[in-house]
Amino acid sequence: MKTDSNAVHDLANREYRWGFVSDIESEAVPAGLDEATIRLISEKKGEPDFLLDWRLKAYRHWTTLREPHWANVQYPPIDYQSIVYYSAPKRSAEGPKSLAEVDPELLRTYERLGIPLREQELLAGVAVDAVFDSVSVATTFRDKLGELGILFCPFSEAAQSHPDLIRRWLGTVVPYTDNFFAALNSAVFTDGSFVYVPPGVRCPMELSTYFRINAAKTGQFERTLIVADAGSYVSYLEGCTAPMRDENQLHAAVVELVALDDAQIKYSTVQNWYPGDAEGRGGIYNFVTKRGKCLGRRSKISWTQVETGSAITWKYPSCILQGDDSVGEFYSVALTAGRQQADTGTKMLHIGKRTKSTIVSKGISAGRGQNTYRGLVKIQRGADGARNYSQCDSMLLGDRCGAHTFPYIDVANPTATMEHEATTSKIGDDQLFYCQQRGISKEHAVSMIVNGFCKEVFRELPMEFAVEAQKLLEINLEGSVG
Amino acid sequence: MLEIRGLHASVLGNPILKGIDLTLRAGEVHAIMGPNGSGKSTLAAVLAGRDTYQVTAGEVRYGGRDLLELAPEDRACEGVFLAFQYPVEIPGVSNLQFLKAALNARRKHRGLPEVDALDFLALVREKLALVGMDESFLRRSVNAGFSGGEKKRNEIFQLAVLDPELAILDETDSGLDIDALRVVADGVNRLRDPRRAILVITHYQRLLEYIVPDVVHVLSGGRIVRTGDRSLALDLEARGYGWLEADAASAPGASAG
Repeated sequence: MKTDSNAVHDLANREYRWGFVSDIESEAVPAGLDEATIRLISEKKGEPDFLLDWRLKAYRHWTTLREPHWANVQYPPIDYQSIVYYSAPKRSAEGPKSLAEVDPELLRTYERLGIPLREQELLAGVAVDAVFDSVSVATTFRDKLGELGILFCPFSEAAQSHPDLIRRWLGTVVPYTDNFFAALNSAVFTDGSFVYVPPGVRCPMELSTYFRINAAKTGQFERTLIVADAGSYVSYLEGCTAPMRDENQLHAAVVELVALDDAQIKYSTVQNWYPGDAEGRGGIYNFVTKRGKCLGRRSKISWTQVETGSAITWKYPSCILQGDDSVGEFYSVALTAGRQQADTGTKMLHIGKRTKSTIVSKGISAGRGQNTYRGLVKIQRGADGARNYSQCDSMLLGDRCGAHTFPYIDVANPTATMEHEATTSKIGDDQLFYCQQRGISKEHAVSMIVNGFCKEVFRELPMEFAVEAQKLLEINLEGSVG
Repeated sequence: MLEIRGLHASVLGNPILKGIDLTLRAGEVHAIMGPNGSGKSTLAAVLAGRDTYQVTAGEVRYGGRDLLELAPEDRACEGVFLAFQYPVEIPGVSNLQFLKAALNARRKHRGLPEVDALDFLALVREKLALVGMDESFLRRSVNAGFSGGEKKRNEIFQLAVLDPELAILDETDSGLDIDALRVVADGVNRLRDPRRAILVITHYQRLLEYIVPDVVHVLSGGRIVRTGDRSLALDLEARGYGWLEADAASAPGASAG
């Protein structure tokens, strides 16, 4: 009989169920990056001139930057000239006008991923934008949302149909000068979702984007922009998967959120990119910049993320709390198993008066996974009566993994209230045996204990996705016990 | 129901059990007494399937089957319940959720459908009363932040809900004050049943004033050195364990383990 302590080590048998490759003819630009590549991408998308100019400025800035290495992760150098920056399924010049025109192989791909795109098969309350490699292939429920004045469409389409909105908001939260990966994204971003919710409108369904990387040697650089006008509400969810490949693939996305007076944005992520195999071969480098600006008074931005995939995750969904009485929230579950590494957390920047932020981070490390929470709470001088509550909990399975916590606090206003709690626990052999003695299998016991640990985060997810997230966690923990 | 024959077990190569023989029939309550280090808790752990102990010889038959070849969760599903001496805390998992998972595991094992939510709630409410706990207890995390007495009561509560055929109580009286002891003992007494065998492991005679056993065994140096009725427990109370240990040391075959 295998001993308990051996059992919690063994992650070799974990399987990645989303690792298939779709046989889709694609058109791609040659690998490598220079101004010509960017002009080509912009041209393919028929973008207005201001956008091309912006891309080129971003590119020129990027060439002056060096890749950051302060995160607690290790990887070999990335050759940016060997990456394909644009890959799209071949289609007619016009693009599909309705789902009936979408390549059936693409529809099948999303079905296999559990994301049917035919509206009658969708969860009633969810509209989906499906992004395949560099382009959006389908967006559902657009007409219904359009009746309320809500724009939900591929970013590249918004650039053509609503250039004024793009021009006004693009780069206002994450400027191209922000960091190395944000600059790269700004230069070469290919698609993503655009959402605009007009004043006073409560979006009646979950908006969701499903990102899929399919082509080999291709990076995915999507850009999402969500603007919630005064008094509006929107809940948005993104999911991601990729085929199993031996080489690493780069995913460098940017997400910008803007909430005006009394507006609320709830942004949820279930990230399940291919994590690489048990020895650490392959997997996605998930280097992502996500930030929301609570521009208006009493506005609220809430990030919830469940990060189970990727070889390396480098991501800090943050809030700029500019409007007085605005609220920022960050709820995170990050799982690292096998040889996965995650350095994730948030920044809460308090500028307005009586701004409030909440951080709840749950890190789970198994196998040889390394999990780092890195967070910054900054209270600026004018932020009278600002409050922050932070809770960072780590859980270890086995003794070859690691958990690290780097909470930075920077307070320039004496009226601020700060609370910080942190715990580290280990699923012990005693706990597992106790469950087994009650008839509960080891696998079920681990998933029950881990789910219990993550409860505070899961309850922030929209109902049906909370169930998905729990399942995903279970699957990703499979094989972590004998 | 339970037949232990020549059971030897060790931990990290050190022999602890050196030839245990014991027969327990349905409806009976047996007590196992013995000084610290005599192997009482080891016996309980071996029966439950804790793999830190290695069985080196002997056999255990449970309901005619070889108990030792079953995984711990299968033993539990077959009706073996261990009330832990040190119940384990599981933060974030509610008592209700935990019990439901345990009950459904047993039901699945027996080819029954999952328990209906309302039936389950009715069942746990009834059993809560048995150990004098209120409903708020169900929403609390398993044993997390419980007092010693609450943890022990929780073990008896779980015992009542899961309704096992063989219940092993490992020093359930340790760390309890007299009031808590009474509550726990009352609970156990109400669970006495012609279908069920109960093995009470204890250091002190005190618990046996409340849970009156049919048979008392004295464990010393990894072997059962005396078996008798309730009066044996009273003898021990009066004379201590010393005289038995001296007996055991001089008994033939004592060093054979």
